[in-house]
Amino acid sequence: MKNKRRLEEFLVTVLMRLATFIVVGSLLIVLGIVVAKGIPALTLSMITQSSSGGFYMGGGGGILNAIVGSMYLVAASITLAFLIGLPVALYLNEYAGRSKMADFVRLCLDVLYGVPSIVYGAFAFTLMLLIGARASLLWGIITVTLLVIPIMIRGIDEVIRTVPSRVREASYSLGATRLETAFKVITRQVLPGIVTTVLLALGRGIGDAASVLLTAGYSDSIPTSLNSPVATLPLAIFFQLGTPYPQAQERAYASAIILLGLIVMLSVATRVSTGRFSKFVIK
Amino acid sequence: MSQSKPHISVQNLNVFYGDTQVLKNVNVDIPRRQITAIIGPSGCGKSTLLRSLNRLLELSDGVKMSCKILVDDVDIMDKSVDVTSVRKRLALIAQSPNLLPMSIFDNIAYGPRVSGMSWWNELDGIDRMVERCLRASGLWEEVKDRLKTPASRLSIGQQQRLCLARALAVDPEVILCDEPTSALDPISAQHVEKQLQALSMDYTVVFVTHTLRQARRIANNVVFLYMGEVVEQGLSEAFFTHPQNPTTKAYLDGAFS
Repeated sequence: MKNKRRLEEFLVTVLMRLATFIVVGSLLIVLGIVVAKGIPALTLSMITQSSSGGFYMGGGGGILNAIVGSMYLVAASITLAFLIGLPVALYLNEYAGRSKMADFVRLCLDVLYGVPSIVYGAFAFTLMLLIGARASLLWGIITVTLLVIPIMIRGIDEVIRTVPSRVREASYSLGATRLETAFKVITRQVLPGIVTTVLLALGRGIGDAASVLLTAGYSDSIPTSLNSPVATLPLAIFFQLGTPYPQAQERAYASAIILLGLIVMLSVATRVSTGRFSKFVIK
Repeated sequence: MSQSKPHISVQNLNVFYGDTQVLKNVNVDIPRRQITAIIGPSGCGKSTLLRSLNRLLELSDGVKMSCKILVDDVDIMDKSVDVTSVRKRLALIAQSPNLLPMSIFDNIAYGPRVSGMSWWNELDGIDRMVERCLRASGLWEEVKDRLKTPASRLSIGQQQRLCLARALAVDPEVILCDEPTSALDPISAQHVEKQLQALSMDYTVVFVTHTLRQARRIANNVVFLYMGEVVEQGLSEAFFTHPQNPTTKAYLDGAFS
């Protein structure tokens, strides 16, 4: 009996380690291949110059247009999604209570989260055709905002649900209103969770190609207005991989390294800048 | 009961959780600037009674309640009454310390800040207000050098006294305590008891306890609840030496707890 339980413990530990190893291992393989193939093509001019026509045939130039384009697009979309998402998540928890309506909203968001990004792209494209709009930064922002809103709301919603009721009660018993409790206490308590959610949304938004293909278009120059078409990193990778020229294909991998680096930088910067608030969280 | 008019008068309080009635036609008078203890066995509705006094109870899901609660002859259950002002006048200290996710200083400053209170501003500014509240709860000497550190780093006993200081900061009339010492070690518990006794000079104190000895030690008045009903209430001395009701007698003799 004793041996059997020990064997169980051992086997389960081994299985868990194996599963973890598979996850980390495959991630490392992906990274390894991208880095190995991209490093030779990675030059300073990649991030300091914009593309020109010859760039896609192996000529000089870089993808500054796509880097800046992606930053513009994602910064605006994440900000918009956050500004819309936080109030919704607070409403679902602090105002709607345990209502059928709140559950229905959650169900809708879960379904929306599962909708493939190309469908968001197609939807926005239909709207654009209807009103005669052309692919632009603005439409890219709208589409990516729609794409990341479900994960933004549900992510924040789930962390707010973990707030102990006594934290809420402490605020109410000092004479605070719902609004003050929501914005001054609840948001502070869940700040680390909000940061994680924003990063998840950012990851989804910055890496998605299908949603911006038809809506943001592509351009070899940095956009000067909301109405100009805008290049994005995922599409830069896609287009370069699609050329028959080996130099351009290599640069697709170099672009992927840049995209990964960008995500890492944004994640670390966000964590560091908000880390000092998390020490106040009530466990 | 004391001769003067009660500070708080609960009339015909009925509380339901779903279909279960937890308080049945409760009538309680609470005298001003004294310590009133609510005692009774577990699950008799002590906490429910306490939490209905500052209308915190109605925040819970599935609660139905009906009553009149007169504080200085004004019914605080009336629709025209601003619930946030009720909760400031009757400050509640929970069973286990319920801190806000902020620094020690901000925990105390939060109440006055949200309510836009200015009494402390005119007197001596927010720093002095925080200091005064911390002194009143006997915590000042221990934390004066680390007011900006997270409140959650304090020991449990200190946290409970911080909750007391925080409650004082909103300038309440009544202090409600839900077993304020049950989560504390004996020394910290003694600290809190002493503070409550000192505070009863200026405030009306109501506390829930399951230890008879504590009630006997510090309460002037006792309310005995059993199965959601008030069995007996009155002056502490008479209550403990000459209980009128056979159920009270049995409880005091330890027949059930």
